[in-house]
Formats: sequence, structure tokens, C-alpha cells
Amino acid sequence: MIELARGPLTWVAFALLVGGTIWNLYTRLVLARKDKVVYPYWSTPHAARSILHWVVPFASRNMRLHPLFTIVSFAFHACLLLTPLLVMGHAVLWQESWGLSWWSLPAGVADAMTLVVIGGGVAFIVRRIAAPEVRNVTTWRDHLLILTVIAPFVTGLLAHHQLLPYRAMVTLHIVTGVVWLAAIPFTRLSHMLWFVFMRGYMGSEFGAVRNARDW
Amino acid sequence: MADLADSQVVDPGIDGAIKTLTPEAIERVIAGALDRETAARLKVYLETCVRCGLCASACHTYLSRDRDPDYAPVAKVRNTIGVMVDRRGKVDGEFLRSAARIAFTECGTCRRCSAYCPFGIDVSYLILTVRRICNLLGIVPQYLQDTVNSHAVTSNQMWVQQDDLIDTLLWQEEDAQGELPGARIPLDRVGAEVLYSVIAPEPKILAQLIANMAVIMKAADVDWTMGTSDGWDNSNMAMYSGDFETMGRIERRHWDAALKLKVKRVVMGECGHAFRGAVYDGPRWLGWRQPPLPMVHAVEFYHELLTSGRLKIAKKIEKPVTIQDPCNIVRGRGLHHKLREVLHMLCEDVREVDPRFEHNYCCAAGGGVINCGPPWKLSRMKSIRVKAEQFAATGAHLVITPCHNCHSGIEDILKHYKLKMEVAFVSELLVKAIERPA
Repeated sequence: MIELARGPLTWVAFALLVGGTIWNLYTRLVLARKDKVVYPYWSTPHAARSILHWVVPFASRNMRLHPLFTIVSFAFHACLLLTPLLVMGHAVLWQESWGLSWWSLPAGVADAMTLVVIGGGVAFIVRRIAAPEVRNVTTWRDHLLILTVIAPFVTGLLAHHQLLPYRAMVTLHIVTGVVWLAAIPFTRLSHMLWFVFMRGYMGSEFGAVRNARDW
Repeated sequence: MADLADSQVVDPGIDGAIKTLTPEAIERVIAGALDRETAARLKVYLETCVRCGLCASACHTYLSRDRDPDYAPVAKVRNTIGVMVDRRGKVDGEFLRSAARIAFTECGTCRRCSAYCPFGIDVSYLILTVRRICNLLGIVPQYLQDTVNSHAVTSNQMWVQQDDLIDTLLWQEEDAQGELPGARIPLDRVGAEVLYSVIAPEPKILAQLIANMAVIMKAADVDWTMGTSDGWDNSNMAMYSGDFETMGRIERRHWDAALKLKVKRVVMGECGHAFRGAVYDGPRWLGWRQPPLPMVHAVEFYHELLTSGRLKIAKKIEKPVTIQDPCNIVRGRGLHHKLREVLHMLCEDVREVDPRFEHNYCCAAGGGVINCGPPWKLSRMKSIRVKAEQFAATGAHLVITPCHNCHSGIEDILKHYKLKMEVAFVSELLVKAIERPA
């Protein structure tokens, strides 16, 4: 079971992630020509200016209006992206499979970052239920999406500390990780792929065309 | 939950039109519009919005209505275009009634939320797409459609006939001469440096503003003219009703008129949406990257005249004033600093609202909302309580705004919320404050 998960299933996951990402970006970026206004008004410096103001914590007014959310969201997203790349268990796999080796996180730090992701995901779920403006537009799919994202972190943590049967947990960890990666291009997780393009386009419309700030 | 009184408003332009539609027609029109007229923006915006709700804090409607979640931009999008796309146009009359109410009367397409959405989703575009679809279905609030009909027939918004226009301009020239001897309103003068472009409400109901401009032009010794043939009005309600064919026609005629007069540039009077139509939405529909001649908004023009010394201030306005930043020249042109510089030259006591500049709240009148007319006025007032509170906090006596929609909206706000303030255009202060050449 674990061999199946480590082998073919992981390949399928990466194939879906890479193939899906290329398909998602390519089809929509081609379709954007039909919009007529996207490419003619794109301005890389103004796009960069806007993106910068939205990837630096508290650089936009709306982030300052929601300080707690800003902190949770930035911590969540940073840990979400960095932990899987830098956790030691994964580094070993990279080395075994490809001979690639790089710096990895001390176990304690990786644990803390994993907890930040899980805590952040739980906080998002609580916010989805507690904040009326979010609850109003939330469906079960939004909850499921958050669970999909934090599931590999929960199972990874349990496997690492061997709190539950190790082999079963590792298998579950791989399976949930596979689902998460494969879901990115096909669900609202694609906001990850589109952030730079969307923010960049709005930054161009505001900055280059209209001489105004959008943060 | 949408406000009950608002959802019961009877508007023949909406209710009457819906009665004539069959489910097949609705589906055909919506699916056709989605296929032909939308592309990647609509798709990507709807697919990637993570429904974080952060746009809510941008919207004056949401904030003014006690943070009712149905007025958050994300909810407005989901309850209109979101459903249309999900069901590929299989929607009923009751849905369309509510979608039209949301798109035409509860969003002014002010684009504030795009600066509050972390992804920069263009909610204004999405709402205008809903209006476009409503228009293709024949569903447009009756008063708004009447202005569009006027545009389509007369090329101006208020059924002004050419003889009326010329008569009004001559009359205003006389008035201006009473104020400042030698003031003129040169009509259709080929080769002038500046074509002064107004919106139809000026000759129709606010004619003294044109006399004010004649005084300013004389005092600054500007070589200018006004057009009297079709195309003199560059207001554009078709842009907001979703009748983009008429919108394009209006803008083409306006720019044609300017080109025929061989002017060097167009100065747009104190109106925000007309500027948007002439510089952005119109040219884009016509396939022009930018307008064929430079257009400057009145604020830029006054700023230029004052900083270059062509206009000098003799006596500053003493009473405390505050400022309404119009969306279409602030988020739409970044003129807020120039507006401040002009007003500080003109007034002793300028009091700022908070938030201001690009973050200023919409007036709730622009974007065609005020043009939806009396049936929707109370709804509009409920949607703009934050603006009234903002003004009240300044203690100013006068609200200055270089935009007709803001101006009319603020008149209503001041009356409805019983604020002891008045509202004025910049030109009204200028004529009082400038040095008149002997």
C-alpha cells in the first residue's frame, strides 16, 4: 500500500499538478486575448508595485483593517508553502529518489510550522462559521477545501511523532498530500496560480492607466 | 437578507420587462451573452474567488446597512452573475428581478472593492456584466432607460434640442458678461485651444455653471469654445445601463465633434462618469487604446490655471469646507492631490474626511444609481449612511465635489440625514475667489 502511494500515486499527483497548472494557465491566458483589455493595458512595473503591496503584511489598508486575519493568513500561507519543501522527512525522499539535497528545518521548527498551518486552517473554518459576511457565501465545499489543505499536515505530524500506527499514517499522509497537490489547478486553490496575474492586471489598470493606488 | 422594502419597489422597467420573457428566451440571451461577450476575466474571477469576504469592508452599501452580509460585494456577485454562470442562464423572473435590483441600485461600480480584494477582482466589471445581460433581456430601471433613450435619439441625456442649447449658451454669455465684462462663450470656433465639454444637466438645469466657466475662461484668458452640434454632451448613461452599442455611439460622436472643431484638447467639466466614458469605457468599446485627443478633467485644468498663475486668488473662502473625492477621477485618475492643492489655494479651512483619497466612500449616486430615479431613492439613502456620518464628523459647512453625480447624491444625503451643510462645485468657489482682470 505504502509502495503504491509512494510510487505511482505520487507520480499521478505531480502529473495532475503540473499538467493541470499548464492547462489552467494556458487556456485562460489565451482566452484573455478575447477580453481585449488585459494585454494592451498590462504594465509590469505597476503590476509589480501592486503585487508587492499585497504580499507584504500590512502594506494595504484592508490588511490594516483586519490585523488578526492578516497575521493568521500570512503565517498560514508562509508555513503552508515552506514546510513541505523544507521538512527533513521530505529531504530524505528527495535525496533517495533524485540525489538532490538541500537544507532542511530542525524538527522542532517544522513541528511548529505544521501546527501554524493546522491552527490557521482551523481559524479559517471558525471564521467561515462565525463571520456573517463569510458564512453567507460559504458552502460545504469551502470547508472541504480547507480540510483538504490541512489534512496532509495533520497526518504528517501524527506520522512523525508515531502517535498512531506509523505505516497507516504515512500512507494516509501521502494520499492526502496527493489529493491536495492534484486539487490545486482544479479548485479554488488555483488562486495560488492566479494571484500574480489578477493582482498584476488590477495593479496595471489602477497604476498605469488611472494613476491611482490599489492597496 | 435583502431589505424588504427595497425588494418590493415597483419599477416598470424591471417588472414589466420580466413579464414578457419566456424561460427559453432568458436562457438563450444569458448563455449567448456569456459565450460571446465574456472571456477569461469572468472565468478566472469566478473560479478563484476564495470567498474570504474581505471585500465587505470596502462597500458603502454593506457598511451603511449595518453590515448586512447580502450587501457585501462577494454576495452581490454570487447572487447575480455567479448564479447566471452556474445555471447557464436557466433562471427565473424572480431571480432576474433581484439581480437587476442588486446590479443597478445597490452597486455604483465605484471600484473601491478592487482595492480591498487581495486578488484585485474587478467587481465593477462583474456587476456591469450583469447590467449588460439585463439590458440584453430588456430589463433596465425605467428612469435610467429614459436617459438612454434620450441619448439614443438626441445624443444628449436630457432631451435638449439644439435651439434650446444655443439659446441657453447665449443667455449664459450675457449673464457672464454681467459678472465680468468681455466674457464670451465662443460657439463652434474651429481651431480653439480648448473645447469645453459639459453634460446635458448643465444647460438643462444648472445653466449658471456655464456662465461661471465663461468668467473663469475670461479671467484666465483661455482660447476656448463650446460645441452646439450633436456630440456636445459627453455624459453617458448607456455605459451604466448595459447598452454598450449606444455608449459607443455617444463617445464616437463626442470625439468626432471635437476632431471637427480641430481643438488641441478637451476640458471636461466637473463630472466623473462622463470622464470615465470618454477616456476609458467608450474608447475601449470602440477598439481604441486611448481617446484621439487629450482630455483633462476640470480639476486638472483649474490646477494648471492656478499653479501657472493664469488665475489668481483675490479672496479665499472662509467657511469650513470638506471634500468628496469622486470615484471616477480619484480611483479613476488619481486627481485627489491636485484637488487638494486647488482647494487649499481657494479655502481657508479645509477639513478632511476619513478615509479619503482612493479610499473615499462612493457617493451612492454615481454608476447610474441616482438615474434609477425616485422609486429607488429611499434605498439609495439607506445605502449611504456612512457618507453622512463622515461629513457630520468634519463639522464643515460646505461639501465640495467636482462631480455631478456626487453633487446630486450629496444634496439628497444632506437633506435625508438633516445635515446643515451645502454642496458646491469647485467652479462656484473659483468665481467667488479669483481676481477679476480690470
